[in-house]
Amino acid sequence: MLAVAIIVFRETLEAALIVSIVLAASLGAPGRGRWIAGGVAAGAIGSGIVALFAAGIAQAFAGNGQELLNATILCLAVCMLGWHNVWMAHHAKEMAGDARALGRQVAAGARPLAALAVITGAAVLREGSETVLFVFGVIASSNDAPLLMFAGGVLGLLAGVAVGAALYFGLLRIPVQRLFAVTSGMVLLLAAGLASQAAAFLVQANILPPLGNEIWDTSFMLTENSIPGRVLHTLIGYVARPEGIQLVAFVATLLAIGIPMRLIARPNRVAAVAE
Amino acid sequence: MRFLLASLFALLLAPLVPAAYAADPQVFTLTLHETQFEPAELTVPANQKIELQVVNQTKGPVEFESHDLHREKVVTAGRRVSLSIGPLNPGSYEFFNDFNPKVRGHLIAR
Repeated sequence: MLAVAIIVFRETLEAALIVSIVLAASLGAPGRGRWIAGGVAAGAIGSGIVALFAAGIAQAFAGNGQELLNATILCLAVCMLGWHNVWMAHHAKEMAGDARALGRQVAAGARPLAALAVITGAAVLREGSETVLFVFGVIASSNDAPLLMFAGGVLGLLAGVAVGAALYFGLLRIPVQRLFAVTSGMVLLLAAGLASQAAAFLVQANILPPLGNEIWDTSFMLTENSIPGRVLHTLIGYVARPEGIQLVAFVATLLAIGIPMRLIARPNRVAAVAE
Repeated sequence: MRFLLASLFALLLAPLVPAAYAADPQVFTLTLHETQFEPAELTVPANQKIELQVVNQTKGPVEFESHDLHREKVVTAGRRVSLSIGPLNPGSYEFFNDFNPKVRGHLIAR
């Protein structure tokens, strides 16, 4: 039961961290709860469907169905994170450190709340289908009490959610004037990390070249097997032994989102000085 | 789109790709049993691309995963999947069944 709990916890962690960053990044936006919960629910239902058709998906696209599905989900999340960040930079002016002003913007329907739903849905779907497969696999093949195994799964899920909640409430302690600058930075790194994961899937499917399998090796300091390594893997895209293409994807995403953010934010800074 | 992307990258980065990359990859097989990988230590050639086939002989689904190799793939019971690996630097790369992480093994690139 404990073994099940630990595995489900590790699988849930990434999604929980992403959902809490999205929640913090959208603080004050009316209706965000509904959109984000909707995204999580859609991701959970999608996970069940993907798990159900796992064997078929694996065989699709000349045996690369899993890789292409994962890479697509990840790229979708990267695009939505980028869109959200550029939108935030664009509206930094209106915010002027006031979450309520931002709320009014959202009420006017300006904010891409659907993007938040897609991000959380993608985050849940990405690891969710594996978790569903695992839990039902264990329940089906285990000689122990299936109920106990299921309880282990629930326990792991709750532990993952607890870590996400800790991050969320930690972020809320940041003064609101600075919160969105922090969450924008986190979203940027998150997007870059997810893009590098997507690149690794495309190498696995033999679609992209790896460009070197080990640009550096920091596994003596921190491995991705450890919980801190896994958390950093999600939050900042930490990889102990990265492939070259992962670095290319990481940097390209940083630039593709970061440069428009800068360009849009710059006039605001001038305006702030003028006021 | 896949082709476009791949050719774009190929064009940009062709000088970086070793010559061995173009050769037809050698195939290696790894079989997953309930309590172990067979073989638990698989030796493969370094500096050339290989194809790794993973066979699931357990009763349930497994996930072949390796942080060292950046590979993860679910294999449902009784199935075989294939993954592209390398060209690897000489060294040891750990892999495991993510659905039962006590079951671990190593890929040795020589």
